[in-house]
Amino acid sequence: MRHRYIAVKVDIEQNVDRRDLISAVSASLLKLFGEYGSSLAELSLVDLDPEGKYAIFRCTHRTLEIVKASIVALGEINGKKAATQVINVSGTLKALRKRLLT
Amino acid sequence: MKFVDLNLQVPIGKQERKEAEELIERSAELGYSAIGVPVPMETTEEQIQDIEKISNENNLNLIKRADLKLRSLNEMRRSLRVLRRKREIIAVQCDSKSIARYAARDHRVDLISFPSADPRGRFFDSATAELASKASAALAVDMAPLLTLSGLQRARLVSSLRKEVGIAEKFGVPIVISSGTSDRYLLRRPQDYASLAYLFDLDHETATKALSDIPLKIVERNREKLRSNYVAPGVFIVRRGRDCQNV
Repeated sequence: MRHRYIAVKVDIEQNVDRRDLISAVSASLLKLFGEYGSSLAELSLVDLDPEGKYAIFRCTHRTLEIVKASIVALGEINGKKAATQVINVSGTLKALRKRLLT
Repeated sequence: MKFVDLNLQVPIGKQERKEAEELIERSAELGYSAIGVPVPMETTEEQIQDIEKISNENNLNLIKRADLKLRSLNEMRRSLRVLRRKREIIAVQCDSKSIARYAARDHRVDLISFPSADPRGRFFDSATAELASKASAALAVDMAPLLTLSGLQRARLVSSLRKEVGIAEKFGVPIVISSGTSDRYLLRRPQDYASLAYLFDLDHETATKALSDIPLKIVERNREKLRSNYVAPGVFIVRRGRDCQNV
């Protein structure tokens, strides 16, 4: 199964932890595309920087578009207003990290 | 690529200057090069210049827009006559079938929008689309409700948008995507809006055009018309005065 790695910038006033972020994105995915869509996505949070502002998600390559839409549709995390931006997408984690550094 | 947010609800007034600044700065950060700001009729020239100044400081091109939300056709005719020469974009919020049909038919209208999330309050059907395509009016889609609504309400809105986008594409009506918000947390990058447009079956390329080429073309066309030497499409005054006979 091929995967896609998605780099995301989180704009929120306070720090966000891993559990809150993955719950918020999973809830958004579930709301928009239902249980079937969520099951196809195999969404996971690969990395989150210590300040909680940048994250890397992984999903199946077939569901990239629905996962991107779910990330963008996120309006709040743990009850706090938030805005998320998809910065970059790559097929491998190594390539994504390289792109983010340049 | 230049991206345009044709409907950024920037508050106008001295008391809300800070919010306006924040919102405009955020738009620039997200990668827009032009913003369309609704400027009500009663706005003073000083207030407009202030918003223009903030936009210029952030390297953003300000597009002055008029939002018409009217109940009667007579009122709409009157407002169109006054505003067409004063604003670069004229948008009509349609909350009845007759207003939608009139707005779609009138050449002075640039954008027709349907603010209601309820499918019964949206009137973009084949007949309206046909009129809009002849008059070169575009269908405006604001993305903020997609982020604020949830559950069945959002499902209904997405379903309506999917139908409307399908009709617009069938009749060649241009689509314009904009934020339609005054909340910085509801603003997204143009590429993210294009991703969100996947919800209503708009492909990435068309969605990108709806955020760049199409609004830019509309603004360019209108700015040309607003110049003092404009007479009709393709006809301009090149010289004024007595020596015109010798040209």
